[in-house]
Amino acid sequence: MSRSDWEVVIGLEIHAQLSTSSKIFSGASTAFGAQPNVQACAEDIALPGVLPVLNRGAVERAIRFGLALGSRIAPKSVFERKNYFYPDLPAGYQVSQLELPVVQGGTITIRVGEGEGAYEKTIRLTRAHLEEDAGKSLHEDFHGMSGIDLNRAGMPLLEIVSEPDMRSSAEAAAYARAIHALVRWIDICDGNMQEGSFRCDANVSVRRKGAEAFGTRREIKNLNSFRFLQQAIDFEVAWQIETLEDGGRFEQSTVLFDPATGQTRMMRSKEDAHDYRYFPDPNLLPLMIEPEWIERVRATMPELPMAMKARFEREFGLSAQDAAALIASREMADYFSAVVAATGAEHAKLCANWMMGELAARLNRAGLEIDAAPVSGAQLAGLLLRIADGSISNAIARQVFEALWNGEGTDADEIIERLGLKQVTDSGAIEAMIEEVIAANPKSVEEFRGGKEKAFNALVGQVMKASRGKANPARVNELMRRRLGT
Amino acid sequence: MTLSPIFDAPVSVLRRALDEKEISSIELTGLFLDRIEALDPGLNAFITVDRERTLAEARAADERIARNETKPLTGIPLAYKDVFCTEGMLTTCASKMLSNFVSPYDAHVVSLLKQAGAVNLGKTNMDECAMGSSSETSYYGPVNNPWEPGHVAGGSSGGSAAAVAARLAPIATGSDTGGSVRQPAAFCGITGIKPTYGLVSRYGMIAYASSLDQGGAFGASAEDCALLLSAMTGFDPRDSTSLDRPTENYAAAIEAPVSDAARPLAGLTIGIPKEFFPDEMGSEIRAAVEEALAQYRALGASLRDIDLPNARLAIPVCYVIAMAEASSNLSRFDGVRYGHRAAEYADLVDMYCKSRSEGFGAEVQRRILAGTFVLSHGYYDAYYLQAQKLRRLIAGDFQRAFAGCDLIAGPTSPVTAWVLGSMSDDPVQMYLADIYTTPVNLAGLPGLSHPCGFDAAGLPIGLQLIGNYFSEARLLTATHRFQQATDWHLRRPPVSAPAA
Repeated sequence: MSRSDWEVVIGLEIHAQLSTSSKIFSGASTAFGAQPNVQACAEDIALPGVLPVLNRGAVERAIRFGLALGSRIAPKSVFERKNYFYPDLPAGYQVSQLELPVVQGGTITIRVGEGEGAYEKTIRLTRAHLEEDAGKSLHEDFHGMSGIDLNRAGMPLLEIVSEPDMRSSAEAAAYARAIHALVRWIDICDGNMQEGSFRCDANVSVRRKGAEAFGTRREIKNLNSFRFLQQAIDFEVAWQIETLEDGGRFEQSTVLFDPATGQTRMMRSKEDAHDYRYFPDPNLLPLMIEPEWIERVRATMPELPMAMKARFEREFGLSAQDAAALIASREMADYFSAVVAATGAEHAKLCANWMMGELAARLNRAGLEIDAAPVSGAQLAGLLLRIADGSISNAIARQVFEALWNGEGTDADEIIERLGLKQVTDSGAIEAMIEEVIAANPKSVEEFRGGKEKAFNALVGQVMKASRGKANPARVNELMRRRLGT
Repeated sequence: MTLSPIFDAPVSVLRRALDEKEISSIELTGLFLDRIEALDPGLNAFITVDRERTLAEARAADERIARNETKPLTGIPLAYKDVFCTEGMLTTCASKMLSNFVSPYDAHVVSLLKQAGAVNLGKTNMDECAMGSSSETSYYGPVNNPWEPGHVAGGSSGGSAAAVAARLAPIATGSDTGGSVRQPAAFCGITGIKPTYGLVSRYGMIAYASSLDQGGAFGASAEDCALLLSAMTGFDPRDSTSLDRPTENYAAAIEAPVSDAARPLAGLTIGIPKEFFPDEMGSEIRAAVEEALAQYRALGASLRDIDLPNARLAIPVCYVIAMAEASSNLSRFDGVRYGHRAAEYADLVDMYCKSRSEGFGAEVQRRILAGTFVLSHGYYDAYYLQAQKLRRLIAGDFQRAFAGCDLIAGPTSPVTAWVLGSMSDDPVQMYLADIYTTPVNLAGLPGLSHPCGFDAAGLPIGLQLIGNYFSEARLLTATHRFQQATDWHLRRPPVSAPAA
């Protein structure tokens, strides 16, 4: 038996913290990074007598998510209590949704891999439900005790549960990235993984190829980067296959991934699982979402990534690969749209090339995201227009881009003008330079006439050098050929 | 001890005395505080009385009266069941668990009454965490019935009922989950109303069973209850089950003119459920209730028999739901952030176990355990879900009944106040005594109990009136007309100061 005899089955549960300014059931602030417990009000501390009030902004964000995935928005959903004792769970229960979640079903199309081998796949969503986050236990030493920070208690979460549709860690990572991009795209979550705004749990099992029944699954908890997600799944899959091939067995269980060792380790088995005694929270009426509410939200939805990708291919003639790269994030798509709006659709391909080429490379070197790019969309558009109308060559354009990046000018035209970079197309000026080059390089002229085409390129290069790159290369070529009489 | 007229006076008379400066709120409040000091040791109706704080509130009320910024309850002293959170004041729920809990905020009801200028006399005793029908499970000891010390005051709002009956407070708040306002009102010979679920905000009222809990009002008469209830109601956006509807002035409603003074209840149909008059019912209670019904007929009401076929299921249904919700509601009392924490413990689980075992009394622990059981995997469908289905059947019975009547009447309780401790070994027997009050909570309907006689031992008997949703004005009006024609509500217990 070998790795290729096994099929990997993965389903993801993603917790996206919704970008409301107050908590899901209280008025306390959701701002990140405050001193412990300063953003925990009476409700969050679960004082006697306090009651929850649902934040409609959180519901609206769930509706946005459901609309983006073509899900059913439940006209009636129910908040239930998940009961267990833990010091960072102040009420002794977490308010969540079990039987009737607010978002049901839906699909998302993901793109897996890059280049030739890239493929698209549609992943089904099981559900997405609203719930509150718990606080944090701080196990540093506080006078021999643990500390509790309840700032996070009551943060609004959307738990997004996929069907077990993914068949590799790459698919799982692509799905997680797609959901991550989407929640930011539709502006319901800031996606900040370092701050815990977007966390993944992966349910992983393996089965022999052709088998119908799923294998025993293990759930890897709290993966807070796509890299860890993929690493953890890879380790877990290898471990499961090895264990099974050695004739071993394992129980359904929950495991933790240790980024330091790259390994997963057992947290608790199914036998240790709590009986959470879910029941409808009597303090919260069923959540009723009337069609009018859904329509009001629909009216505020942006164009969605896959629709935008199809439009880019259709309207601008971009390749699927390019279009997919441009919708990788809302910021990327916004930037591209701004550039194209300024240059005109006929230059869309040039815009795409520059964004994926020079801009992407420069951002990558600087470790910046596109929304932090020092060159604005309008500035890039101004530069591209000068390439398009033949004012500057690509080589000069890169020079101008660098100047823009370094803040050495307000726009391309100003830099071109100031540095005198405008391409020379005037025949007289070019012919004068050609005469000088021919006079100075008799050997090359000789070789060319002897049939060596390379020598011609050397001569053209000398002219370009003499013009300090400003001469129009096509014009130089044409005039040089004419002068040498070929 | 003969009551001085001031203690016996209806709130409307106190209002006039305050407005006409015959007495100040400081003086009035001081008299009640003195009376509490003298008589409460024999009743144990209060858990917390803070004289200075109370007098400061009275002084502030006097200033409002002087500025003519008077509302109906400005300067009127009242007592709060200790289930209502009061800012800066001990709020115990009669539990050791909260015996050190000073609330940092006011319950919605408390803020409303504060804004109205009412003066807080103190926090009244009750069954621990409102779990009980006798006010015997309190960490602070049982409440005595003012009519016969040694007998229970009823519960869980027994302290408030006893305080009003003994005139330690003119009026008092209570809460009612399965009869906790109406039954102690009946046992203490006063009037008590539990309004429609959602009418009084539950914000800051420490939860027992959230889908059943509802704040209520005690007074000597329907008139006093109407004044208090009017000031307690009002939409509260902090309670998601609070109903957004205009507030009503019940005190004005009950004084609406009648066309036929001799038959003020003409046109009112009262349904009599035969299920509320079983053969085994005590003859004294039956006689008193039937006599009261005859009085209602004499006042012009017509009586007709109705059926509430599922009402007999109310006890198990109500207790399953209440205990299930309670098991979850009381999880927050874990010793971590406030309340009782065991002095010594080995680890986290040990801390939880010891703190909760020490902090909660036997009845509360029993209900937490039973509630945990009915929500457990494998039992949920058979108990909790089944109870919810039956709850809808019971509510449906009432709606069918109200198609043919305006109010429903019967005894509040099948028994009168029992001897302290006599039921303590048989909790189920005590639960069964809630047979007539629990269906009302399950349906979310308003219910009222008013005195209608005494048994041979001299203990009060109560009559319960049940109305359809939002019929508080009708309930209070009917009772008010009855009380205008009778004097049961004017009878006072022979309370006296304990021997020195």
